[in-house]
Amino acid sequence: MPEIRNYTLNFGPQHPAAHGVLRLVLEMDGEVIERADPHIGLLHRATEKLAESKPYNQSIPYMDRLDYVSMMCNEHGYVRAIEKLLGVEAPIRAQYIRTMFDEITRILNHLMWLGTHALDVGAMTVFLYAFREREDLMDCYEAVSGARMHAAYYRPGGVYRDLPEKMPQYQASQWVTGRDVAARNETRQGSLLDFIEDFANRFPGLVDEYETLLTDNRIWKQRTVGIGVVSPERALQLGFTGPMLRGSGIAWDLRKKQSYAAYDQVDFDIPVGQNGDCYDRYLVRIGELRESNRIIKQCIEWLRANPGPVMVDDHKIAVPSRDEMKDDMEGLIHHFKLFTEGYCPPEGEVYAAVEAPKGEFGCYIVSDGANKPYRLKIRAPGFSHLAAMDEMVNGHMLADVVAVIGTMDVVFGEIDR
Amino acid sequence: MSSGSQNGMQGRLDQLASTLEERFSDLSCQVERSCGEVTLVVPTDKLIEVANTLHDDDEFGFNELIDVCGVDYSDYGISEWQTDGAPNTGFGRGVAEQAGDEPEQNRRFAAVYHLLSISNNTRLRLRVFVDTDQPIVASVVPVWASANWFEREAFDLYGILFDGHPDLRRILTDYGFIGHPFRKDFPLIGQVEMRYDEQQARVIYEPVSIDPRTLVPRVTREDNRYLNEDDTTQDAADA
Repeated sequence: MPEIRNYTLNFGPQHPAAHGVLRLVLEMDGEVIERADPHIGLLHRATEKLAESKPYNQSIPYMDRLDYVSMMCNEHGYVRAIEKLLGVEAPIRAQYIRTMFDEITRILNHLMWLGTHALDVGAMTVFLYAFREREDLMDCYEAVSGARMHAAYYRPGGVYRDLPEKMPQYQASQWVTGRDVAARNETRQGSLLDFIEDFANRFPGLVDEYETLLTDNRIWKQRTVGIGVVSPERALQLGFTGPMLRGSGIAWDLRKKQSYAAYDQVDFDIPVGQNGDCYDRYLVRIGELRESNRIIKQCIEWLRANPGPVMVDDHKIAVPSRDEMKDDMEGLIHHFKLFTEGYCPPEGEVYAAVEAPKGEFGCYIVSDGANKPYRLKIRAPGFSHLAAMDEMVNGHMLADVVAVIGTMDVVFGEIDR
Repeated sequence: MSSGSQNGMQGRLDQLASTLEERFSDLSCQVERSCGEVTLVVPTDKLIEVANTLHDDDEFGFNELIDVCGVDYSDYGISEWQTDGAPNTGFGRGVAEQAGDEPEQNRRFAAVYHLLSISNNTRLRLRVFVDTDQPIVASVVPVWASANWFEREAFDLYGILFDGHPDLRRILTDYGFIGHPFRKDFPLIGQVEMRYDEQQARVIYEPVSIDPRTLVPRVTREDNRYLNEDDTTQDAADA
C-alpha cells in the first residue's frame, strides 16, 4: 500500500468560491480537512483609522463600503452610534424609512447570499433568479439616494431626503425599442412606494420559485444537511450573531430584543433553525426573506398615511434646506460650519448595534469632544463567523469548505475593514 | 419610539450597575454609567477573575463576547486648532500639532471588551488599562473563544500582547509588516510605499513620498448644550 502523506493546500486569495479575497491554508489528510487557517486582511483599508481623521459625517460613505452588499444597514449602525452620542432621535417618519430600507437591504443581501451559495454548491439557476430581483431593489436605492449601491442615505438625525414621488424611467435607445421600454416602465408610473409595493406583492411568489429549486432538491440537501454543524453552546462561545446563531436554535434578534428604529411598531417573526447545519441556516434566511417582505408592506402602509419631516430640525447637526441657506444668514452660517468643520458631540463613548443581514453590526465610538471620532471600532459580524472556520470545517471534505464559506455569508469589505 | 423597551433596558442596566458595584468593588473595579451604558474598569491583574465570574455566574450570564478592541489614549483631548478666542493674526490654515500632556502613567493603551448577555438581555463594557512600555494583558480566550481573532487584531493594530493567547499572530496587516498602524504616533499615510521595480524585476518597498495633510483640522468646541454633562446625559438617557 502506498504511503499517504498529509499535505497543505492553498485556497485563494483569488478563487471564485472564496467570496472575495480569502486565503485559506488547509492541512489535508487525503481529502479530509485537518486544519484550516484563514488569512485575512487582503482588503484591509484601515477604515477605522481613516474615520479618525475626518468629521463624523464624512465617514458615512465608508460604511457603505464595509459590507458592500448590505450598505444601508452599516450606515444605520454608524448613524445610530452618533445619534446616541449626540442624544438626538430621528423623526418617526425617518425611523420608518430606515426600517423599510433596512429590510430592502436584508433582501438584497440574502438574495446575493442565496445566489452565490447555490452557485458554489453547483446550482446555477438560482443565481440568475436572485439577480433579477436584486435589480429592482437596486432601483429603489437609486431612486432614493441617486446611487445603486453606495447610498450614503442615512444621516445622523434622519435620512438625507424624503421618498421621491416619481420613479426614474427607462428611455428608448438603440438597443431597447418602444414596446420593451413601455413594458419595463409599467411598474414605474407611480411613486417609489408604489414601485416597492408592486415588488412586495410579487416577492413571496419569487421566494417560492427559489424554494422549488432548492428546498427539496436532493443534491442541495446532500451538500448542506449535516455540514458545518454548530451547537448552540458553541455558537455563543464563538460569538455568532444573526442567522448563524438562529440557525443553531437560539432565537436572538436585536430587532426584537433591543429594538430600534420602528421595529417595535411592526409585526414579524424570527425564523429559528434546529440542527445548526448549513441547511438550517438556509431555511432561516429563506424565512427572513419572507419576514422582511412582511415588514416592508407594513412600512409602506404607514409611510403612505403619515407624511412628515425626515430630518431633525437642529441645524447644528442637520443641514438647513437650500432655500434657508440662500435667504437666511443663520442658515448660511450653519451650512458653512457643517461642511467645513462638522459638529462636536460631547465627550464620551457609545456602542450601538443593529441587526444587519449577517448578524450584529456595531459601532463603538470614543469621542473626546472634537469634531472627529477619537476612536471608531467597527464590530463586523462576519469577522467572528470566519474565525470559527477551523472549527466548522474540521473533519469535513474539501468540497464542504465551499459550502461552509457560503453559509457564513462572508464579505471581505467588513471582515478586513 | 421604543420607549417601553428602552425603560426596561435602563432598569436592567441600573440593576446590573449596582450588582457590579457590590460584587467587584473589593477588586478595585470601577463602575461608570454614561449614555445609557455600563462600563466596568478592571485592573489588569484582575481581568481573568472578573471575566470568569461574569461568564459563569447566572446573575450576570455574559455568555457572549461581542467585541475586543484596543484604544490608544495618547492624543486624547488634543485639538489641532485653538478655538477659544481668536488670535490677533486670525486663524491660519496651517495645522500644527499641539503638544498635549503625556497621558497619565500607564493610561495610554486600553483593551476594551463588549459583552452581551443573551439570558438577561444586557450589555457591558470592560476596560483594562495596560502598561505603556510593556502592554501585556491576560488573554480571555479560555473564557470566550470568540476573543481569539479580536485579540489578534488588537495585537496587530496596537501592539497589545495577550498573555496565554494560543496563536498571537498578525491578522489584518501585510505579511512582514512593521509597526502597529492604529497607534496615534503611526502616520495615516503609513511608513512605506510599494512599487514594481523594472530593474530588479520585483516589488520593492520605499519610504513614503507623499506628505501628510489635514483637510479638516481637529477642533473641540465648547457647546453649552453639553456643559452640565453629568446631569443632562443621564436625563436624556432616561427620557
